[in-house]
Amino acid sequence: MKALHKLIEERVKPNFTGDGKLKRFWVVFDALETFLFTPGHTTSKGVHIRDGIDLKRTMFLVIVAMIPALLFGTWNIGHQYYLSLGDITTADPWTAMFLDKIIVGAIKVVPLIVVSYATGLGIEFVIAGINGHAINEGFLVSGMLIPLIMPVDVPLWMVAVATAFAVLIAKEVFGGTGMNILNVALTSRAFLFFAYPKQMSGEIWIHDVMASKTGGLLADGYTGATALGHLANTVGQPVQGEVSNGVMAMFTDGGMFSLMNCFVGTIPGSVAETSALAALIGAAILIWTGIGSWRIISSFIVGGLVMGAIFNLLSLNAYMTIGPVHQIVMGGFMFGAVFMATDPVSAAQTNRGKWLYGFLGGLFSIMIRVFNPAYPEGVMMAILFMNVMAPTIDHYVIEANIRRREKRLTAAVA
Amino acid sequence: MSTETITAVEPKRESLFSKKNRKLLTDPLDDSNPITVQVLGICSALAITVQVQQAVIMSLAVLFVMIGGNVIVSMMRNIIPDRIRIIVQLVVIASLVIIVDEVLKAFSPDISEKLSVFVGLIITNCIIMGRLEAFALGNKPGPAMLDAVGNAMGYAWILLAVALVREVFGSGAISFPGVGQVKFLPESWFMANGGFYENNNLMILPPMALITVGIIIWIQRSRNRSLIEEN
Repeated sequence: MKALHKLIEERVKPNFTGDGKLKRFWVVFDALETFLFTPGHTTSKGVHIRDGIDLKRTMFLVIVAMIPALLFGTWNIGHQYYLSLGDITTADPWTAMFLDKIIVGAIKVVPLIVVSYATGLGIEFVIAGINGHAINEGFLVSGMLIPLIMPVDVPLWMVAVATAFAVLIAKEVFGGTGMNILNVALTSRAFLFFAYPKQMSGEIWIHDVMASKTGGLLADGYTGATALGHLANTVGQPVQGEVSNGVMAMFTDGGMFSLMNCFVGTIPGSVAETSALAALIGAAILIWTGIGSWRIISSFIVGGLVMGAIFNLLSLNAYMTIGPVHQIVMGGFMFGAVFMATDPVSAAQTNRGKWLYGFLGGLFSIMIRVFNPAYPEGVMMAILFMNVMAPTIDHYVIEANIRRREKRLTAAVA
Repeated sequence: MSTETITAVEPKRESLFSKKNRKLLTDPLDDSNPITVQVLGICSALAITVQVQQAVIMSLAVLFVMIGGNVIVSMMRNIIPDRIRIIVQLVVIASLVIIVDEVLKAFSPDISEKLSVFVGLIITNCIIMGRLEAFALGNKPGPAMLDAVGNAMGYAWILLAVALVREVFGSGAISFPGVGQVKFLPESWFMANGGFYENNNLMILPPMALITVGIIIWIQRSRNRSLIEEN
């Protein structure tokens, strides 16, 4: 390793620095070098305590936290595919056709990841080159999050367009990494949601489900809609009506969307959002390493539970009769709470602000999905909305703190 | 923000196309563009840029109202009492807008229907009111007309650019008054027919007009650095 480092320092680096012939590509070299080796930068003035945890390590630990969700998602794509074809049943052990499931999943997931990273990093490299900035690792996490929140069969060019839009409009316009107002990954999904609604809703959440359907291969009860999609159909229907009863049967114990299935995540959905369990493992890693804010994660979940409980007390339609715990393990709620809401840039910065930010985010997530069947995935809307509100929340928290201290001062002086 | 000076009575006659007057014509196209620099008239730019044909008609309507308004107010500038000048300007603009509206209704009812209230809302278009206040009231009819043409053109090209982007990517088509909408993408490209392409529905929605205008502002300011605000 030392020899390699020495080789790079002495032979490769001079090409990029000063008047080296490759000095135009300094940003690329710099990005790769700092990615591979710990940078030797030190503070030049004054006394500062520098933590060893820089942007690169922060980003990397978030990626590590996402691995359970990614692996489970890969397995689940194959699982849902073979379930929908009737090749396996829910009674089979999870290892049945394990390799086939992983292969189907990998065929779908790997291209998504490649496209997302290629587009996003390409734009980052070009923009950093134009501005003469050093390339940073800001896209590492976003680039991994984007494929994880896409439907399985989304066309790859749409992913590329959405990624380009999110990186340019949500991030670079505002000044790049650390300056964005909105969560980049969620912006890309919101873009797809509004730009290509046909590809982002309806019967798309299981690989090849439409083809299987037209081919007459689909097993009974499989439509390729998500739990939230089914529930959205009950809005406006009588609570004990035929439609509602049919849908609600899937949410009882033993049904397709039973509490256990939703928690473990063996249900159709975006690539890695289905499993509340995998998201919670990720949350444990994030909290243990001190990267994700436990305040946001916990208050987000509490917010969802409160709203779910209120709806459950009212029980005005079939959707509201779903219990609060069931509500928060469905859809992307947990994934959003752990990986999206905690984005340190777009979330609230003050500790009290974080409590409020998370709580309202959870509250709105459930509220949007129940009240507006056109937006089954309320989590996305709620988090983007709270991203916009976060600076306002911080402002009032800081103002309140100033006033409190002022009062304390005047009391002490008087 | 506006760069022109309200000149007092000119001592000697100046040709209509002197250097200063030519500037009245070209400045609003870039340096003091009503939409991207002064950020006026945004509402109509967002509302009627879904199709090019609507943008063309809207631009022509604004051009007509602006020339008429600027020239008429400029001719009356010495007899308008200062305290009621806004009302006088409004009466002039409103009359012109009603003329435009009636002509549109008579000769192209379908486009008139698509533009709906936005023709009537030209009355409240800040660009027109702004030019009357800032320029026509203090200048002779000749320069006032040039100023009107310049600003209407500055408004028009942004409108057309935004409409072009939105229609091409949102509907896969280009439209022109009198011709109607021409879809130029082969039907077999679309996913409904087994292809790979899909129109971008977000382009049809108003937020994308705002983002498109924002991108034009971005490009313009990266080319013309003098427009970048301090701080």
